[in-house]
Amino acid sequence: MIDARGLSCPMPVVMVQNEVKKSSPDELKVQVDSMVCVENITRFANTKKYDVEVEKKDGEFTLTLKKRK
Amino acid sequence: MEKEVKLTKLANCAGCGAKVGAGVLAKLLDGLKVRQDPNLLVGFDKSDDASVYKVSDDLALVQTVDFFPPIADDPYTFGAIAATNALSDVYAMGGEPKLALNIMAVPADLPKEAVHQILHGGYDKAYEAGAIITGGHSILDDEPKYGLAVTGFVHPDKVLTNSGAKEGDVLLLTKPLGIGILTTAAKADLVSEETMAYAVKLMTTLNKGARDAMVKYCVHACTDVTGFALLGHTCEMAQGSDVEIHLNVNDIDLIEEALELARIGVLPEGMYRNRSFAEAYVDAGEVELAKQDMLYDPQTSGGLLIAVHPDDADALFEELKGAVPSAQKIGVVQKYSGGKRIYLH
Repeated sequence: MIDARGLSCPMPVVMVQNEVKKSSPDELKVQVDSMVCVENITRFANTKKYDVEVEKKDGEFTLTLKKRK
Repeated sequence: MEKEVKLTKLANCAGCGAKVGAGVLAKLLDGLKVRQDPNLLVGFDKSDDASVYKVSDDLALVQTVDFFPPIADDPYTFGAIAATNALSDVYAMGGEPKLALNIMAVPADLPKEAVHQILHGGYDKAYEAGAIITGGHSILDDEPKYGLAVTGFVHPDKVLTNSGAKEGDVLLLTKPLGIGILTTAAKADLVSEETMAYAVKLMTTLNKGARDAMVKYCVHACTDVTGFALLGHTCEMAQGSDVEIHLNVNDIDLIEEALELARIGVLPEGMYRNRSFAEAYVDAGEVELAKQDMLYDPQTSGGLLIAVHPDDADALFEELKGAVPSAQKIGVVQKYSGGKRIYLH
């Protein structure tokens, strides 16, 4: 789980990128608190062939990235 | 010893990315009473770059103001970019800047030398433009800001607005796109030194050369591409001129490193604001998402977007390339067919 709440772009997407580069996980959860970060991470994920599920709760978002089979 | 100042660390939004979104701005202005004056040739109701007031049959006054938080860490560079950007609005109207006033906000603890360097950058650009800075106003603020209020002159019959584009016109753009993405990415040190130096060079290139070339030809409309991005400003041109505009995306110079960053989701908030404002008017066709994002990327001190009569397009393009090597032919203006205002090909 990456907690990128409170961080402004581009830091959250950079953290996700570093994790994907490092361990190429099948699944990765990320917490952010702005729509811009949700959109940016979704774009990154799609480029790297991950599907993204977004869950919104109390103004915060949990993204689940799943590697496409 | 004075500590090294990294100006962008003091800014929430970079450069023209700090601009209030076009949709929000329209709502803020809605309902304000606009006084009419027959000599006011261009007012704020037209979403244009500057206001133009006719003084006599052969002289009109062009007025504009622009300022923003730091977009570069180096104070001199920030001052030069902010001044280049502010002066651009006069060029976009076909005018020549003559007088300017500094507008500045500084944190109380910003070293004096840094403040001096910001002003120095601004003075050098104003001087290069042939304008004189005659004074200004400074206030204390947590976030530094700098810009100019600029007054220029233009012949009343030669005013170029963003709403005069005609069917058949060819569209020219004088600077590449991707500045907003690069300045956002630079905050996380994601941009190569070489590309950042190129971005700074673009942002500190006056639109004077482009303006001086275009006024010799049959230009119907002009605007500068800044915070609302290419598509936001093109949309205003298409709506204001009641035409539709077709852009050939492969002909648009997209800074390669910025495109790579767009593909991995390094995009400024302003890009999303611009997209939500203009998207409804754009048919994006089959264009790749990252390339679309580049066209919604807010530019700081961007180039001129020029709609020129087709008979003059080649000659102006050749002359422009002499003054600004990055000039491109990017599309054509067509009769409005009742659908979208912009079509991407």
